[in-house]
Amino acid sequence: MRYIDEYRQPDSVNALICQLNLQAEKLPYSASRPLRIMEVCGGHTHAIFKFGLDQLLPKNIEFIHGPGCPVCVLPKGRIDAAINIARQQNVIFCTFGDAMRVPGKSESLIIARSQGCDIRMVYSPLDALQLAEQHPHKQVVFFALGFETTMPATAVTLQTARARNLSNFFIFCQHITLLPSLIHLLKQPDNTIDAFLMPGHVSMIIGATPYQFIVSDYQRPVVIGGFEPVDILQSISLLAAQKITGQYRVVNQYKRVVPDAGNCNAQQALDEVFRLQGDGEWRGLGMIEEANVTLTDAYAQFDAEQHFNLPEQQVADDPDACCGEVLIGHCKPWQCPLFANGCDPQNACGALMVSPEGACAAWYKYRRQEVTYEYH
Amino acid sequence: MNTINLAHGSGGLGTQQLLDHLFMRKFANPLLQAREDQARIPLAALAGQGQLLAFSTDSFVIDPLIFPGGDIGKLAICGTANDIAVSGAQAGFISCGFILEEGLSYRLLETIVDSMAGTAARAGIQIVTGDTKVVPRGAVDKIFINTSGFGVIPQQVHWSMQHIQAGDQLLVSGTLGDHGATILNLREQLGLSVELQSDCALLSELIAPLRTMAGIKTMRDATRGGVNAVLHEFARSSQLGMEIQETALPVKAEVRGICELLGLEPVNFANEGKLVIVVAPQAAGQVLDVLRQQPLGKDAAIIGEVITTSGVRSTGAYGVRRTLDLPYYEALPRIC
Repeated sequence: MRYIDEYRQPDSVNALICQLNLQAEKLPYSASRPLRIMEVCGGHTHAIFKFGLDQLLPKNIEFIHGPGCPVCVLPKGRIDAAINIARQQNVIFCTFGDAMRVPGKSESLIIARSQGCDIRMVYSPLDALQLAEQHPHKQVVFFALGFETTMPATAVTLQTARARNLSNFFIFCQHITLLPSLIHLLKQPDNTIDAFLMPGHVSMIIGATPYQFIVSDYQRPVVIGGFEPVDILQSISLLAAQKITGQYRVVNQYKRVVPDAGNCNAQQALDEVFRLQGDGEWRGLGMIEEANVTLTDAYAQFDAEQHFNLPEQQVADDPDACCGEVLIGHCKPWQCPLFANGCDPQNACGALMVSPEGACAAWYKYRRQEVTYEYH
Repeated sequence: MNTINLAHGSGGLGTQQLLDHLFMRKFANPLLQAREDQARIPLAALAGQGQLLAFSTDSFVIDPLIFPGGDIGKLAICGTANDIAVSGAQAGFISCGFILEEGLSYRLLETIVDSMAGTAARAGIQIVTGDTKVVPRGAVDKIFINTSGFGVIPQQVHWSMQHIQAGDQLLVSGTLGDHGATILNLREQLGLSVELQSDCALLSELIAPLRTMAGIKTMRDATRGGVNAVLHEFARSSQLGMEIQETALPVKAEVRGICELLGLEPVNFANEGKLVIVVAPQAAGQVLDVLRQQPLGKDAAIIGEVITTSGVRSTGAYGVRRTLDLPYYEALPRIC
């Protein structure tokens, strides 16, 4: 299968592992204090666990699984707000499949649907727009989730809705952007992040330049990586090489998809439709400065929160959940006292177990039979 | 008769007309046509075949009703027939309950009933008793079918999960996930122009030569939940481990394409005409050869083995072992 098999060839993977083992001997890191590479994207987390890449790395290189899963970092109360909207009269609530099963305080969208709410799974915001045009007497709301990867589709959909003068289409905007959360993590005084593997598909939109500050202000090497095993291992090798020379820069490993300048049309659409205004809450991390994605004035009419005038919903997580510690590399998923001990994908106590791409959920799904646990 | 209405399920003249016009005519056989309240099946002929009766039931709620490779009617017969066949028995008699939605097209119902009759005839199965209810519009989605059936397990066949031992080999009779991928593409209107067909099929012919072979421990037909669900059933019952090799799984390119696109795994996708067989190691090669000699088994493969450490695992292309979890939810609802 083209664009997949070439990047999964066992020979290529073995060659990269050999290369990494040679590089590992030159790294100023040991098994007790390994080189910690933060991979930010849920897609990377998933691929690493599915293919077992973390098991193939030299002992002095390891991954920290960052907050790159938009479903995981969605504050629990936002699900309750979404259900609140879905319960309004004449509403068709549209969402990606990932969000359907995430529990809020007491129920999820899929349970609300079973109780009679008109909640529909869509693959694209344009599907939701189509529903709005087909049902002019209904209010159609799209649950807009995701990083910069999915934001352009929402932006273009809103541009289309505005051009067509639609008054029954809204978005419940829970988009997030990547960089504020990285700055937040890097500002934690005791974080142990040594390098970054940046998400290939976010970078496809924003390009390579936005990451430059991580090199200049925080002295960490950065590689933008693809999602197949060869991509990920090649990216690790490129990071190791930078650590060996001490010369840091932003490197684009995923050139077949990511233009260095990103996607200019998408960036223009984002600038027109969205802005960052105020602090935003990320589940597991708390309040992040300048992280709240809102609509610009020209598109405010499509904001579901303004239209439905929803009450604020704050739902706290279990105080024993170690999500924040896992996110800065202080704790492995299975070292959290709740892991597989009250917290599992069906009963998620915290952010990282909620979606299949969260670090704890990935560990639980792919690795839990291989590890014996020691609880604190 | 253009559409089904409530009278057809009322037990009165409307019901009689539907029975006479459709079910009795299409499913014609002496036991059914005796029109007793129950089918009366001579015991003596059955008793001579073996000591145990294999009895199974299944209900069918699939959406869409008609799909490449089959329809709900074919599925309703194959599903129960296969559940019987994997015990070693041959299903001879099936019951059939219909719950019909008011307003259902008569022509559509007739198409489905024709398919059931044709499939049953090919399998040598008689539909000997049944029931029909009609409910108001919206109370069901067009048509739901239940079939139950039984057959006698031949004297010499002792297939059971109790016989599973460490070292046994795990075989599949063909490609994984064909049915699930076909339904997903159709129902979600993914618009993938690929040649996908459900693998909905009667498995009795594929199983027949295996009845006299040594070394077969047990078998299941993989349906919703896919091969993974069967492995978990085996693991749970035997308290042993099932370990498969990802590179050994036979998967059609089209099914793989859908899985890669949507981030799903073929082991979790539904099948409707595939066996998962546990075989003693010394017999595995021979069983594989016998399967591959038949059209339905041409892609059969050994996919893994039974080990002492409990759980279900998969070893990937790079030698790393990972847990193969049983998903809580189905990847796609109403698949069968």
